[in-house]
Amino acid sequence: MPFANTLRTVRLALKSLLLHKLRSGLTMLGIVFGVFSVIAMLAIGEGASAQAQAQVLALGATNIIVLTVKPPPDSQQNSSGGGRRGFVVPQYGLLRSDYDLLTSTLPTISGAVRMRELVSEVRYLQRTLNCRLVGTTTEYAEMNHLQLLRGRFLSDQDEADMANVCVIGAETASTLFPLEDPLGQIIQVRTHRYTIIGVMRSRTASAAIGGSLSGQDFNKDVYIPLSTFRVRVGDIVFTRLSGTFSAEQVELSQITLKVRDMKDVVATSEVVKESLSRTHGAKSDFDVIVPLELLRQADQIRHIFNIVLGSIAAISLVVGGIGIMNIMLATVTERTREIGIRRALGARQRDIIHQFLTETIVLAGSGGLIGILLGLSTPLAFQGLKVIVQNFVLEQESGNSQMSKMFTEMEPRIAWWSLPVAFGISVGIGVIFGLYPARSAAKMDPIEALRHE
Amino acid sequence: MHAARLIDLTKFYFLGDNIVRALRGVSADFPMGDFVAIMGSSGSGKSTLLNLLGALDRPTGGQYILAGYDVGTLNDDDLSEIRNRLIGFIFQSYNLIPQYTVLENIQVPLHYRSNRRTIGSTEINRCLDLAERVGLAERLDHRPFQLSGGQQQRVAIARALVNDPEIILADEPTGNLDSVTEKEIMDLLTALNREGRTIILVTHETSVARRARHQIVMKDGLIHSEGMLITDGEK
Repeated sequence: MPFANTLRTVRLALKSLLLHKLRSGLTMLGIVFGVFSVIAMLAIGEGASAQAQAQVLALGATNIIVLTVKPPPDSQQNSSGGGRRGFVVPQYGLLRSDYDLLTSTLPTISGAVRMRELVSEVRYLQRTLNCRLVGTTTEYAEMNHLQLLRGRFLSDQDEADMANVCVIGAETASTLFPLEDPLGQIIQVRTHRYTIIGVMRSRTASAAIGGSLSGQDFNKDVYIPLSTFRVRVGDIVFTRLSGTFSAEQVELSQITLKVRDMKDVVATSEVVKESLSRTHGAKSDFDVIVPLELLRQADQIRHIFNIVLGSIAAISLVVGGIGIMNIMLATVTERTREIGIRRALGARQRDIIHQFLTETIVLAGSGGLIGILLGLSTPLAFQGLKVIVQNFVLEQESGNSQMSKMFTEMEPRIAWWSLPVAFGISVGIGVIFGLYPARSAAKMDPIEALRHE
Repeated sequence: MHAARLIDLTKFYFLGDNIVRALRGVSADFPMGDFVAIMGSSGSGKSTLLNLLGALDRPTGGQYILAGYDVGTLNDDDLSEIRNRLIGFIFQSYNLIPQYTVLENIQVPLHYRSNRRTIGSTEINRCLDLAERVGLAERLDHRPFQLSGGQQQRVAIARALVNDPEIILADEPTGNLDSVTEKEIMDLLTALNREGRTIILVTHETSVARRARHQIVMKDGLIHSEGMLITDGEK
């Protein structure tokens, strides 16, 4: 019974609203855009965080990454023995002994891989490419989720033989060998030549979160056995750059540790930091990165993002609500006579409140529904936005910057919980902003109202 | 048996320091099946009396007994129920709800019945009967603006009857109508009175007032004279 009554009230409310289609429509717009922006903002926030999460997960959630970091210049001067007395090659970074220490003392890890990297020019015939030359062992591919396209990856035997072999990334292959089959070909890096034994599958770059780790593009890599790197390139690297000359001595660029159990990751990373800072002393030449912690940070950032974006959008909802209240107040004045008639025919004050409140709620609720429909089209609209941005904004400027990459790779994701929440809020706004006009309608003196022209 | 009784009814309005004594002690009895015309010039207290009779307002003093209820003691919700159940209003300007059809307008009082029952086929049939009774069976889907003044007033009469009220209160029901339509409406009211309905009519036109069984003339907030002042036969 009460349900049938509610249905009737809603039907009558719709009837009154449809009497002024344009006015109702315009009034609704505030809520429509409010709800739309709430859903769209949350979808974009959700999309960005999903992207960040995927990148962090690509680093491996159970991995601990220990990086060599070039220490700040003043501490370098100390190690070089000071001034012009003699040229001393600065030495810093992870040591081979660090690797031995970590692998032999940590019980929670299931694997470890070390690598040494160097950016250098790779040449095949006349074609050259600036690549990342990586000296590493056979576990590297698995640890970094790299997949082989053709041939094979570096083996333990290659390591033992210090073999002059290499595996190249997808982009390296396509740039140096646009037509030929790279397998079995010989490429030149610095002064040495390596036979290609494998080509990697193309892979999306991994995380660059919190600024602590730059995004890694595995596609422009050249992998050689670590032992080969040591004998061919050596620990000391000389670089000439437009007249200046510098040298540095680094044994290992990175050690990646795989922890057996997710819950041990944070504790293990603490142990790693502790034991490394003991051997390295005051020299801050390494950094420990825990993707799991990055993941947690990303999660926190997402929460903050959602709250901030959500509240900005919520402001527009409130503005929409004020618009509704305004129109309802006008409607009440305009319909004073009708209110008087209804009161004379037996409507109680609360019947009048019901009537006008229902109208506001129907107005706000349908605005909410339309807003949700619009909100659902966010991913589509964003796709269009991307096309515009890529064609008219990015091309002229930094087409390859971090920001633009993040933008182009992002997919907005509708947060499904936001739909009922947005609808609920819009109905709530109908109640809050409808109550005052409805009450002022009900408080009218029926005699006065009947006399109103 | 009385449909309504007024016992020394007073109504004062307090406007700052001034007290407007709109009704200064009115007593009257309206038996069941009565048909009375209340007359008087403007300022005579006629409208105030009508508002009190219609339970739209509460008296300052005295009693208004309607179907056994002392209306002066009731709260706002109870007054609403009294208006809904015991009083059928007919206004000078018809006062139909513009966005509703004829049938929907007739149904409005049904929405506000105290038991809040859903409108079923019994109620719909009653509305259809009433529409036929006032001669609008063909125009159920029309909106008020599509009807003539006389037709609109017929809708109002049907609406006044839908909850089978104790009294019908007509406030200048023919004030906006031409003489031909006036006669039709008055014929309809007379017919309703013959069926036993109590009708209280407020008017200042003698042509209308003479159709009632007796008249009350108001002056300066008091009943000036009452009785068979003008009859149908008289000029």
